[in-house]
Amino acid sequence: MSVVSHTVQHATRSSRIGVALIAVTLIALALAPFWGDRQTLRLLAEVYAFVALASLWNLLAGYAGLVSVGQQAFVGLGGYLLFWLVIVLGVHPVVAIFVAGPVAALIAIPVAALTFRLRGAYFAIGTWVVAEVFRLLASQISVLGGGSGISLPAAAVIAMAPTRQAREFEIYWLALALTVIVLAAIVALLRSRHGLALTAIRDNELAAQSSGIGVFRIKIIIYVLVAFGTSMVGALIFLQKLRISPDTAFSVNDWTAFVIFITVIGGIGRIEGPIIGTIIFFIMRQTLSDLGSLYLLIMGAVAIVVMLWAPKGLWGLIAERYGWQALPLQRHLVLKPTKTSGRPS
Amino acid sequence: MTEWLNIILQGVLIGGLYAMFAAGLSLIFGVMRLVNIAHGDLIVLAAYVALMVTTSLGLDPLTSLVLVVPAMAIIGYLLQRLLLNRTLGDDLLPPLLVTFGLSIIIQNGLLEWFTADSRKLQAGAIEVQTFQVMQGVWVGALPFIQFIVAVAVIAGLQQLFYRTALGRAFRATSDDQSVAQLMGLDTRHVFAMAMALSLAVVAIAGVFLAVRANFDPSIGPARLIFGFEAVIIGGLGSMWGTLVGGVILGVAQAIGAQIDPGWQLLAGHITFLVILAVRPQGLFPKVSG
Repeated sequence: MSVVSHTVQHATRSSRIGVALIAVTLIALALAPFWGDRQTLRLLAEVYAFVALASLWNLLAGYAGLVSVGQQAFVGLGGYLLFWLVIVLGVHPVVAIFVAGPVAALIAIPVAALTFRLRGAYFAIGTWVVAEVFRLLASQISVLGGGSGISLPAAAVIAMAPTRQAREFEIYWLALALTVIVLAAIVALLRSRHGLALTAIRDNELAAQSSGIGVFRIKIIIYVLVAFGTSMVGALIFLQKLRISPDTAFSVNDWTAFVIFITVIGGIGRIEGPIIGTIIFFIMRQTLSDLGSLYLLIMGAVAIVVMLWAPKGLWGLIAERYGWQALPLQRHLVLKPTKTSGRPS
Repeated sequence: MTEWLNIILQGVLIGGLYAMFAAGLSLIFGVMRLVNIAHGDLIVLAAYVALMVTTSLGLDPLTSLVLVVPAMAIIGYLLQRLLLNRTLGDDLLPPLLVTFGLSIIIQNGLLEWFTADSRKLQAGAIEVQTFQVMQGVWVGALPFIQFIVAVAVIAGLQQLFYRTALGRAFRATSDDQSVAQLMGLDTRHVFAMAMALSLAVVAIAGVFLAVRANFDPSIGPARLIFGFEAVIIGGLGSMWGTLVGGVILGVAQAIGAQIDPGWQLLAGHITFLVILAVRPQGLFPKVSG
């Protein structure tokens, strides 16, 4: 009898090329302060924030099947936590980013306990209600400016770095680092045992459940982790803006509609999707922004068309057509016949 | 004492409007398990349709319903037939994301067409008429009519569901879509009729909303949330439940507003979250989501 041993291989030829390309791109982006002007840096930092937000939403909706339209709750929460920590407690802004994440994750636990009582699309609207509650509560905090918002005090801003340029570089590198950390954490999660469970849930929740996966537990964990990341990104976004108000912090258009369109157009349920989607989104924004509200209308229409006729998004089309993957995430079973002992069968 | 009675009564009457937001939402969820994120924006769209009808034909807002209701019903039928039927299936994402996209399209379409200016429908003398129910307690004629209409709409939907052939078709597809199809029902048509009916209710709600207060293209999502909260408070699938849910929400908001103007919406949301925490199936549950 021949014994067949197997190993699981993640990498493919395309993923090796992908990883190499990503490494080169990352080095170039890390050096951007030396080749880009102020506008470029600001734009890139914004791109990173959207890549991170969309990747986190993709993990939540695309993998764990938790379609939230209330992630602005955590973007705003992160921003408000940062301002509160800096203004009221005098914490250093950069430290505040890293405090905002865990605190928001703690707040996310009771939120999950409540919203998880709603299923499917009703869960989606339930998360939106929570975001509204956060927005209304934020406008009651008079020490943070109430409904009209507040600016970060100049002393705290200067404490970050003495010159404006140094501060802009610092925020740029923070944004890049945070996005790389978020993406790396997602990749590590998806390559782990839990990632296999998540992919199973994505493909068929019922089948995953009957294979012994604790679907509910994994969903709660993902929800809290995503809140963790989303709040840190939110804190950074408002550190860059230097000003916060309830309406900008908890904006459903900016932090949820755009993020959903980015993920859907790029390809939901795939790690590459949000990155491709963000690039397309910014190209559209730079070219169509003169159109004002028509531009949002076009975005909505494009998302509907993609959802109906290419539900896996642009990267889904490419990945299926050519079998590409930019990151080594798939699992390929490699079978190797080992030496046979005894009679050949 | 009478001050609080007045406030609670105002809340109850507003609750009728919220019940109308909720009834349309509940109807389509019941028939096809679709949650329409664009529901609130369709209410605002109905308000703008009414604005066009009243200004161009010189009609009274309440009379304009004769045109606005069929217009919205036709929009609903076509929307379902041409777009939303394609999204239905086992997967949750397509209907959710397509109606989300629709919401953005309607909001920005209205913004482009009508600008961000606040509008209001003028109903004339009836707007300021009031009558006394008891010593010190007054009721506005318009909120009163609005509440009576809401009750009538919900009673009508209830009758339609349990007494007519269309209602039977709705219940059959709701129970089991494939068996309904085997029995010779064209579910695409049944779904489209459900959406038409939902938007007919939306039209009535939209006109009352527009007479009651100022509106602009951005207020849709908040109406969706009020309707959704009323549905969940009342219990999924129960028509009379939506009325109770709407009234509870209206009263909570009215009491909140009395305590502090900033607490009006918050009081409503918190009431909803408390009910979700202690009684997640709602007060009168019928179907599980």
